[in-house]
This record gives sequence, structure tokens and C-alpha cells, in this order.
Amino acid sequence: MTALRERALVSSRSMPSLPKHVRIQYDPVRQAFAVLSPEKIFWPNDISLDILRRCDGRSTVGHIIAELAADYDAEQEAVAADVVAFLQEWSDKLLVKL
Amino acid sequence: MNEPLLPPIGMLAELTHRCPLQCPYCSNPLELLKANRELDTQTWLDLFSQAADLGILQVHLSGGEPTLRRDLDQLIAGLSARGVYTNLITAGVGIAEGRIEAFAEAGLDHLQLSFQGARPATTDRIGNHKGGHEKKLETARRARAAGLPLTINAPIHRHNIEEVPEFIDLALSLGAERLEIANVQYAGWALTNRDQLMPERAAVDRQAEIVAAARERLTGIMNIDFVTPDYFAIYPKPCMGGWARDAFMVAPDGTVLPCHAAQTIPSLSFERFGPRSLAEIWRNSPAFNAFRGTDWMQQPCRSCERREIDWGGCRCQAMAIAGDAAATDPACAKSPIHARMAMLIDEAQRAAAVPSPGEQFVYRRIGVVTEPA
Repeated sequence: MTALRERALVSSRSMPSLPKHVRIQYDPVRQAFAVLSPEKIFWPNDISLDILRRCDGRSTVGHIIAELAADYDAEQEAVAADVVAFLQEWSDKLLVKL
Repeated sequence: MNEPLLPPIGMLAELTHRCPLQCPYCSNPLELLKANRELDTQTWLDLFSQAADLGILQVHLSGGEPTLRRDLDQLIAGLSARGVYTNLITAGVGIAEGRIEAFAEAGLDHLQLSFQGARPATTDRIGNHKGGHEKKLETARRARAAGLPLTINAPIHRHNIEEVPEFIDLALSLGAERLEIANVQYAGWALTNRDQLMPERAAVDRQAEIVAAARERLTGIMNIDFVTPDYFAIYPKPCMGGWARDAFMVAPDGTVLPCHAAQTIPSLSFERFGPRSLAEIWRNSPAFNAFRGTDWMQQPCRSCERREIDWGGCRCQAMAIAGDAAATDPACAKSPIHARMAMLIDEAQRAAAVPSPGEQFVYRRIGVVTEPA
């Protein structure tokens, strides 16, 4: 089992999803979306939330980038760099599955 | 300087003090409560519902051994229905067939399993439970089979600090997402057994290097949380994220506490859920307000630039070592009695070097502190 696991790297064909131990939830007390994980709770900003919500295990990173670029009326290349960096960081913390 | 009171985020629910293990560093108080003092199912469910209303997003179900509560799946379901993230903290021995699956079914989000050693002999000796290691391995397998995410928790002290590399391999082999290398905090039973548990400085340094290298190597594969040992520290930890700042705990009888060891501070008295609501206790309990924020601080904390990073460290450690719960945590290099920590380490090394027949631990047991040893 040990040998099967290795660090995942983001590519445009990755189809990210949230692992079972991570979930996005609206908190009515604080009126904000929280990301719940085993020990930590994160309060993502709007852009992070937009990325995480698209991590449905079916959309490719390329598709997510195209959608966000359209929504934010931004250059695809600029969006791509941010999205890839964000997803790699979250994958490295095991908060996103690639 | 006083910030507005924010709602709490996390809660540790010690459902019971009963436990099949007898670890000599247990964070439970020395005076353990018997089963007849535990809250009943409906009271826990009411408490959880109030906790969710108050803003609690995450509940750690602990003990003692929480799976000894036969109503655990009901309690999980109650929290789950309110969208509260549930983490079961278990020793993983003696869990009946089908129960782990029932917990998963009830909505359990995550399971944390303790290993007292990476080697069977160590686990069995530290927990004073024969065959414990094998049962834990089985619990880990069942949890994974039930689709539960897994953290392995390894409490570290002089008798297993050399097993840290093996703990890392063990956690990987069990498919854990997380490993906690948690050096024992000297409160509760660990304070009683401090001389027997305190590691050597060289071993602590080696451990830090091993963990740093493993974290680098295992990026994206397994997270390693490293709880460093206070007595060897330069700065204290922000204990509980600051006293009554965003978390609290509840004892088996419903006593609401800012932290595990808070009852060792003799000037404070604590309130029970039932007679008072959770919201009242959180906002108005004099014990909760005693060390909230920074107004209570003395020097050097009061004017320290780190006062809102570590919140003065651990109040119970200040009580235990400085004899004043409002003192700077002696783990801090700025504490006037910081040198006492090094003396205590040396004292422990000398005490541990003296050969003595039989087991040297005071094992955790109900009633052991009220009876002559």
C-alpha cells in the first residue's frame, strides 16, 4: 500500500475533487462559507471558494480555468497560474484530490 | 485591548473517563469520574444542539474511550444532523463488530486512532493492555474499509521517541492521511509520571530532524502534525488557541472547561451544563473570563509582541511550575523561571537512571490517586 501513494501534480487534465474528510459548508452564525477538515477550519475568500466549488471530480482543471476566466472577465493565462498554484497547494495539504 | 467575544469553533467532548487502556500520560484529570457520573444520551444531544447554535463547527468525540458509550452512533447522528464536523478520537481496542460501520453510517467525518508504540511490545506496555497493538491495526483496517479518513496519533515520550521513523511507516502502511507526532504535554497523569516520560535532549533534537525530513518527503502523501515538547521550547504554544478564545471542552459529567487541566487551577470554579446553558457559560463564566484576551497578563507577557500569538502559553503549566496561573508559561524563554524547565529535564534524567524493580509508571486507573500506592 505504501508504494502506491505518491504526490499528485496538477495538470490541465486533472479532475480535482474534495476528499471525503473535507467539506464546504455555509455557517449561519458567522454568515460565511467554511471549509471543514480534520483539525483545521478554513475561511476561503470568494475566488478560492469559486475554485473549490468547481472541484466536483468531473471538471478538468482546464475547464475550471476557462470558466473562471469568463466569470471574472480575465486573461486565461493569469487565471491558470493562480488556479494551478492554489490546487497544488491544497493537494499537497491533502485537502483536494487530483 | 479587549476584543469582542467571538463564537467558539471547536469543542472536545469527553464522553466518558472509562478506558481499556491505562496510559501513564493520559490528559484526563487524576480524579476520574465513574460511569454513574456521565451525562445521559439526551443531555449530550441537547448540549450538542446548543453547541451548534453557539457556532461550534467541529466536535472531537473523546474520553476515556468514547466507543464505550453504547449511544455513540446516536450522538454522532445528532451532530451530523446539525452539520457539525465529527472527529472520533479512539484507542481502537475492543470495538465490537459492525460498530465502526455504524459510526460511518451515522455520519462520522473522521477517525483518529492512537498508537502508544510503533512496535507491539511498546503499545501493549504503555497502554498496559496485552494484544492492544494488534486490535488497533484491525481498527485501522476496518475504518479504511468503512471509507473513513484516518489520522494516526502517536503520543511521544522517552520510551518511544526512537520509534518515530517506525510510526511514520506504520501510518503510511495503514493508509492514514495524517499522522500526529505529539510529544506528551506534562499535565494530568503525565505530570505525575514526568520523570519516567521525559525524553533526553539529544533524542528530541533527532526527532525534530526526522520529522522535518519526513514532512518534506511526504508532501502531498501524508500530513504530519508535529507537537513539539514544551520543556525544550523557546516559545510557549498558544494553548487551546488562547484561553476560552475559540474552543472549550466538556467533561463526562457536563462540566464545561476551557482546557483539559483547568481544574488544577484552585482559584477557579467551573459550571456544569444543565443548570446553565452553554451560551451562558461561554459568555459569563468567571473561569472562562479569568484569562481571556490579554488584560489579565503580567509582565513579561503584557508588553510582549507575541502576546496575541501565544496568549501567554499554558495557564495550567504556569500553575504547575510557577505556582501562579497568571504567570508567563515557563516554557517561554522570557519567563523569569524558564531555567526551571531545563532543571526539570535534568532531574527527570537522573530519576530515570536509577534502576528500580518492576514497572515504574503510575498507570491511569479510576481511584488510584485516592488509594495509597
